[in-house]
Amino acid sequence: MTSATASAPLLQAGKPRRSIMRWVPVMLIALFVLAAIFAPVLAPYDPNSQNLLGRMRPPGTVSRNFHYLLGSDELGRDLLTRLIYGARVSLFVAIASVILSGVVGVLLGMLAGYLRGWVELVVMRLVDVFLSIPAILLAIITVAVLGTGLVNVIVVLALTRWPRYARIAYGQTLSVANMPYVRLAAFMGASTPRVLLRHILPNIIGAVTVVATLEFGLMVLFEAGLSFLGLGVQPPTASWGAMLSSGRNYLATAWWIATFPGLCLFLLILAVNLIGDDLRDRFDPRSQ
Amino acid sequence: MRRFLLRRLGQVIGTIFGVVTLIFFLQRLTGDPTYLLVPETATQADIDAMRAALGFDRPLIVQYLAFLKQIASFDLGRSVIQNVPVWDIIASRLPYTLQLAGGALLVACGLGIPVGIILALYRDHPASRLLASVVLAAQSMPTFWSGIILILIFAVTLGWLPPSSTGGIEHLIMPSIALGLLSMATFARITRTSLLDELSKEYVRTARSRGVPMGLLLRRHLARNASIPVITVAALEISNLLAGAVIVETVFAWPGLGQVTVQSILARDFLVVQGIVLLGAFVTVALNLAADLLYSAVDPRIRLDGSRR
Repeated sequence: MTSATASAPLLQAGKPRRSIMRWVPVMLIALFVLAAIFAPVLAPYDPNSQNLLGRMRPPGTVSRNFHYLLGSDELGRDLLTRLIYGARVSLFVAIASVILSGVVGVLLGMLAGYLRGWVELVVMRLVDVFLSIPAILLAIITVAVLGTGLVNVIVVLALTRWPRYARIAYGQTLSVANMPYVRLAAFMGASTPRVLLRHILPNIIGAVTVVATLEFGLMVLFEAGLSFLGLGVQPPTASWGAMLSSGRNYLATAWWIATFPGLCLFLLILAVNLIGDDLRDRFDPRSQ
Repeated sequence: MRRFLLRRLGQVIGTIFGVVTLIFFLQRLTGDPTYLLVPETATQADIDAMRAALGFDRPLIVQYLAFLKQIASFDLGRSVIQNVPVWDIIASRLPYTLQLAGGALLVACGLGIPVGIILALYRDHPASRLLASVVLAAQSMPTFWSGIILILIFAVTLGWLPPSSTGGIEHLIMPSIALGLLSMATFARITRTSLLDELSKEYVRTARSRGVPMGLLLRRHLARNASIPVITVAALEISNLLAGAVIVETVFAWPGLGQVTVQSILARDFLVVQGIVLLGAFVTVALNLAADLLYSAVDPRIRLDGSRR
């Protein structure tokens, strides 16, 4: 109960938000998505082409064949280019891990809520155990076992976060499973997968979407955090977290290396959180 | 009350047992855990010797029981790299992490609770909407970025504060703010929600209609009643702060548990990582229990066994 009230929407004061403002975060995310998809077309240079004579140049500098709009990093690579390619890594990892953990979590949660009995016992106890290890620590120890890299980060994040979906799917399924039409469907001989996918899933998808949206922001943050610690996507692949981490060493001389990747992360996560807040308003009957 | 405590304690033990089991099997995800414990340069003979020494060549069930027995006697093993008990490493680093989490909690409560009160009392005011946006923005800032921006402004540009490492209280200011900003939003949210709940109650309207000033009402009645959810969230938030310290400590070169965790992974000192993760889980479970108990201590109306007076 406490967690439900703790996550109550913050921006839902008296009047509804003006519709234009509502679209700002959506457009922001669309911008990042487009940048990620069309990175090779949009980016002015190759993300890994170095220019050792043009190291750590401030934004707007021209050096040899490079025109550094947002400056260059410690190897003379164009920061803007790497930011655009970094959006790819961030969005890809976040989307993949949300889908993976969402599918696994929702399926297990629905099974636990519908079948009850020992399935419920095993799944929900497992959820309790997973959720009692702080997420970042669980992610870190799993990385320590599996190793770093793009695919492993996705697996680690999915493994860490599925209980969130399982818990919400379980609760929602419990409240739907005894509805007359669900029981009728089962009585008429619908198989368990059919009941779950055709009759229960459509009813719980709204609540799952709210969780998935907020989780998406968290996954962006986690990927960046792991890469920042050197445990995520490995160089030379452009990842915002890793760029921040290397820029940290040059704060006094080249502030832009660490500042811009962080700004991208901040804007993306803020946009996702704004949309999540908004969705919560719509799907949560208590806030009407 | 007693029955509740016993049942709750049973749950706690069950969960901890589950955590230890999970960690055990996690280590074996890739097969042989010996590889987690040897340096990358180890020869095959070294690995075989290590495997035999640690008993990883025994049947899985025997290893599992041995692991349970070891953890049950609070033995976290020895660091392979530093060759000291993992407990000694934890004990030497823990005070720093506690300082940091304490400072962050101070920042989070000190900013979050007043902000939540303002948001509740002036819910329709445009300035309050702006404040809510600021809170949401603060929540969306990755700690490793806000930390770096703080260093850039207050250490590099202005030179007011030391950029990293430890020393006096001035070393603690920036890490506490970076870590605390994230939790501030949680406190603002919960304070606002619970105060709004309380404000809509009959006794508030009655008191107001009889001319009781808002300030008095807030101090005398609302503060106590609305604080219950806030205290519960505080207990839960501490474990978030401890976990968040992992990243903030790396940003500020703060020599706490988080920093040693990251260093141990990079140095392939797996038992240290395992010990800290187990400790983190135990603390989280304990804090959850504490939140439950606090809930009833603050408000005697709530009976833990569910019976009503």
